[in-house]
Amino acid sequence: MKSKKPKKPLTIEQKINRRTFISFGTFAVLSAAAYKGWGWLKNSPKEVRTVTAGAKAPLRRALNQTELAFRRLYSNNNLVKTYPKDRAAKTVRYNSAIGLQPKSNVENWKLEVKKQSGEVMNITLDQIKSLPKTDLIFDFKCVEGWDQISHWGGVKFSDFIEHFNLGDQANLDYVGMATPDKKYYVGIDMPSAMHPQTLLAYEMNDQPLIPKHGEPLRLIIPVKYGIKNLKCIGSMVFSNQRPPDYWAEIGYDYYSGL
Amino acid sequence: MKIIKEKHSLAMRWTHWVNFPILTIMIWSGMLIYWANDTYTFGLFGHTFFRFFPDWFNIALNIPKRLSEGMAFHFLFMWFFTINGVVYILYTLFSGEWRELAPNWNSFKEAWQVLLHDLHVRKMAPPQKKYNAAQRIAYTAIIIMGFGSLITGLAIYKPVQFNTLTWLCGGYHAARIEHFVLTIGYVFFFIIHVVQVVLAGWRNFQSVITGFEVTDDQPNRIIKPISSDEK
Repeated sequence: MKSKKPKKPLTIEQKINRRTFISFGTFAVLSAAAYKGWGWLKNSPKEVRTVTAGAKAPLRRALNQTELAFRRLYSNNNLVKTYPKDRAAKTVRYNSAIGLQPKSNVENWKLEVKKQSGEVMNITLDQIKSLPKTDLIFDFKCVEGWDQISHWGGVKFSDFIEHFNLGDQANLDYVGMATPDKKYYVGIDMPSAMHPQTLLAYEMNDQPLIPKHGEPLRLIIPVKYGIKNLKCIGSMVFSNQRPPDYWAEIGYDYYSGL
Repeated sequence: MKIIKEKHSLAMRWTHWVNFPILTIMIWSGMLIYWANDTYTFGLFGHTFFRFFPDWFNIALNIPKRLSEGMAFHFLFMWFFTINGVVYILYTLFSGEWRELAPNWNSFKEAWQVLLHDLHVRKMAPPQKKYNAAQRIAYTAIIIMGFGSLITGLAIYKPVQFNTLTWLCGGYHAARIEHFVLTIGYVFFFIIHVVQVVLAGWRNFQSVITGFEVTDDQPNRIIKPISSDEK
């Protein structure tokens, strides 16, 4: 049998070549892997339609996981910055007509509150207006990227819950709201709904709401983007499951929290 | 004889090359988001010179009407951008490599000389260690900018939960502008960086992949020996 030759130490040239080869090889393999990974993500199928839809499946999973991470940091002690009255816009931006109601729907308006048990309450605007009014002048933020300081007045959602003995419903995880024609609907996690600055608003700039801005009652929720600030609330439901949400069905984050 | 001179650590090379595609994706998805409210212009004395971005640009890059998709990408890759940045900063601090990177008082004066040298105005570049004064400033500034993107980004992303950050940035509206300006800054950094790398040559570029440079072990003589006929 041939005896093994003792290994010669590598020459400097060999060392240089070897290290260069390994480095560039690794670089090429990792680059190719990253490129494949990107291709996989870009071509990943749309999520299976549930309460959310329209996003690529892995991106929807990421949105939901990110929601969980940021929910840990959420606190109702964090308040949106408020402004003096003279900073509020006189002409409040009007962005979308989805779910806006014909006059006839508004005249017979009542808020239909459906409890988890199935029991339904019908609440009139006068009942709501008889509760203590809260004014809020804050920077309204649209998911598109614009923001505008605007002035709203109404009943705190938490006051509303307390007054109508809905405390047991507020122990559930979500509240859902929809326009009378059910064309626009949002789902809100209960902590955000119970935030001390969340309003069921019936006034804008000290005047009753106008049709474009959600007459007679709308949601003003500063811890969410504008897309969750439903105009003209017709009905309200409570649930431990996510209620349907218009924008979450076309690719937007369900949480959309600020 | 040739010798191997260790230049860039594996951690530096790793975070550098991981950051490149992540930042590209962040800028791209950021443009998908920005499109939905593209109100920023570049103007002087009431005259608008440039609108971010012209229609032909948006159409060429297939940017319009992809806001929700842009947000979904942005809010996934923000994690990787942050983690990668934190890893780099911690590594730089604990390894002591920050000493090669942080500018000192002379750097600002020397950077000017480096600039003049690079523009072929000045013959001599000031003496340097691993990085010259201009590089020290640039590579430190880019890390501060990255940190700025994180802070302004969080200020826009959760302006109520992180209202202190939003306040620090001068409000929500200002934070969005700052976030945008920083991104434009990355693009300028990238252009200058690539030009400099091309000028520095292949051997320099290679070292950011391999980690080492090949040099001669004979030190370069600064003072040439006086030859006999130069008496």
